[in-house]
Amino acid sequence: MAAITMRGITKRYADGTEAVKSVDLDIADGEFVILVGPSGCGKSTLLRMIVGLEDISDGEMRIGDDVVNDRAPKDRDLAMVFQNYALYPHLTVRENMAFPLRLAKVPEDEITRRVEEAAQVLELQEHLDRKPANLSGGQRQRVAMGRAIVRDPKAFLFDEPLSNLDANLRVQMRTEIARIQKKYGTTTVYVTHDQTEAMTLADRVAVLRKGIVMQVDSPRNLYNSPANLFVAGFIGSPSMNLVPGELTGTNLTLPFGKVDLPDEVAQRLTSPQVADGEGSSTTTATKTGTRQVIVGIRPEHFEDLALVNEQDRGSGMVFRNRIDNIEWLGSELYAYLPYSGGEAIAQQLGQLAGDLDMEQTIGEEHQLVARLDASSQVKEGAEADLWLDARKIHLFDPESGAALARPPIS
Amino acid sequence: MTALTLGAEKVGAGTTPARGRTTKGASRQPGSGAIWKIGTAVIVAYALFPVLWIASLSLKSTADVGDRKLIPVSPTLENYRGIFTSGEFVRPLINSIGISLITTLIAVIIAAFAAYAIARLDFPGKGLLLSGALAIAMFPPVSIIGPLFNIWRDVGLYNTWPGLILPYMTFALPLAIWTLAAFFREIPFDLEQAAQVDGATPYQAFRKVILPLALPGVFTSAIIVFIFCWNDFLFAISLTSTDAARTVPAATAFFTASSNFINPTGQIAAAAIVVTVPIILMVLVFQRRIVAGLTAGAVKG
Repeated sequence: MAAITMRGITKRYADGTEAVKSVDLDIADGEFVILVGPSGCGKSTLLRMIVGLEDISDGEMRIGDDVVNDRAPKDRDLAMVFQNYALYPHLTVRENMAFPLRLAKVPEDEITRRVEEAAQVLELQEHLDRKPANLSGGQRQRVAMGRAIVRDPKAFLFDEPLSNLDANLRVQMRTEIARIQKKYGTTTVYVTHDQTEAMTLADRVAVLRKGIVMQVDSPRNLYNSPANLFVAGFIGSPSMNLVPGELTGTNLTLPFGKVDLPDEVAQRLTSPQVADGEGSSTTTATKTGTRQVIVGIRPEHFEDLALVNEQDRGSGMVFRNRIDNIEWLGSELYAYLPYSGGEAIAQQLGQLAGDLDMEQTIGEEHQLVARLDASSQVKEGAEADLWLDARKIHLFDPESGAALARPPIS
Repeated sequence: MTALTLGAEKVGAGTTPARGRTTKGASRQPGSGAIWKIGTAVIVAYALFPVLWIASLSLKSTADVGDRKLIPVSPTLENYRGIFTSGEFVRPLINSIGISLITTLIAVIIAAFAAYAIARLDFPGKGLLLSGALAIAMFPPVSIIGPLFNIWRDVGLYNTWPGLILPYMTFALPLAIWTLAAFFREIPFDLEQAAQVDGATPYQAFRKVILPLALPGVFTSAIIVFIFCWNDFLFAISLTSTDAARTVPAATAFFTASSNFINPTGQIAAAAIVVTVPIILMVLVFQRRIVAGLTAGAVKG
């Protein structure tokens, strides 16, 4: 077991394109870190640089105290689970798991003991003498993990290990992975494009975009306090509503109404952190002190006004809007609210959606998603009185995309 | 809970392929079976009748050879006894076996390394190398026989085993490289990377993971190369002069009968049968692997 330290890690191809751009990342001993991002963001490349299957163009990679830049994969003592499992089809499950031990010239009785032990942890005892071709997807996945844990390596690396499984099995294997990582306490780096996996498994998540780490933080902080538009849009499902706004002092104008920012938000806006320019760009601020911002609102921070108690009403914004469509899910209800006036930030949002590689709920068609209580009596196609919790509003600079007035990291 | 799920998976895994087979069989139109059978019978008869005739000839006595009957009137093993005792067949048979086996072994080993590099690495001139190899395989051997004869006599390779092994390799290697490269390409690169991460050196990854998986391909190319060497007549007749290196196909042309006035037809037929049988046996034994080998790469898995 060991910590993994990356300093200025860069992957540059012969044609000059950079898949990974100067990544600094510290993974503590025993920590479970997930690299997440849309396809093509460089997360798999970064993982393969850790394990040594890709050359490091620039920067320094340390595992424990050793710089491993020029070491072959076999000399790094890491175990990797591949997306397609990469089991050796000509060997039995037992031989597959024993393979790394055989190469390391571990004594035969020790090999037997460790393989049996791993098989027990993974519930593979009955399948030890079968070939991978006769196993189901979930069992193959287990064998691949078994091959990793028998070695007791410095770190486990997972490359989208669950993406070939069907939905039910994926949930089951997810908990399995969490259980095994807890049991062995081995440093783990895990690549996925599925934010649910990232949020549920990780101690910390690194969000990547085009080879750049956008934010590294605990799942909770990523969700509550995204550092920029990209993270805000990427984390959360349904994703955060992003609408254009105009900020004059502490007064925020949204396409569907105005709101005075509560003191706690206003304070953060004027705090030195923002003045220092954590992305604050003066170009958008006009002489009158009015500036354009992108306002981020999570769907759950809307509520049916009828269900909000008197106390809370004051700290939010009350507005009336038509409801186009309702999805009732039993425990909750999603309402889709049309609005106009999103053109001001359409370009930024379009680009963001492109980066996120998704059909978007943001920007396009100018529609808000609101998650309301399931007991709400709002009607499809009718006007409804709604409430927005102004304390939970996120503000972003439209030019740089950086967060303004980030909620404090808890 | 887990046991239950696993059980369900097992059932699923077991039934799917079976279902696949049934559908495939049922999709064939009724009635077309008979046509298939007749067609197959015609083709098999057409291809095997000469073999049958030669087998019949080999069992006839010298007097009966010209009797134009398929079934020998008085079957005899005299011809077989004759070729195995005369010495003009046994020595060439040893040459044939030795030269073909050595060529096959060397060609397959070299081709395995070459094909692996071609399948895995991107190096400058790869396309040129592959098309060059193919061009050599296509080269008409007749056109190089003359110069080769002269060169071999000057360097002392004429009428020796290496003198045949070398030209055979020239034609066998491209064949083997192409076959094997197709196989190596089929093997997921991930497996090799997994082996490397598991602690294998590139050579260990090749020997313990890639090569075992490419075994059908190795068999296929070995058999193709062996048959090529075994059947060759042109090089064998041109580059040998005595039993020191003469192989069976060439040697049968020099068979002498007990008397100068009789054609050794029966003995030639017996020799032909003796050299054909090992090939037939080999193909039958490895049939499945050969078919897998010939069709590999045809369909992307």
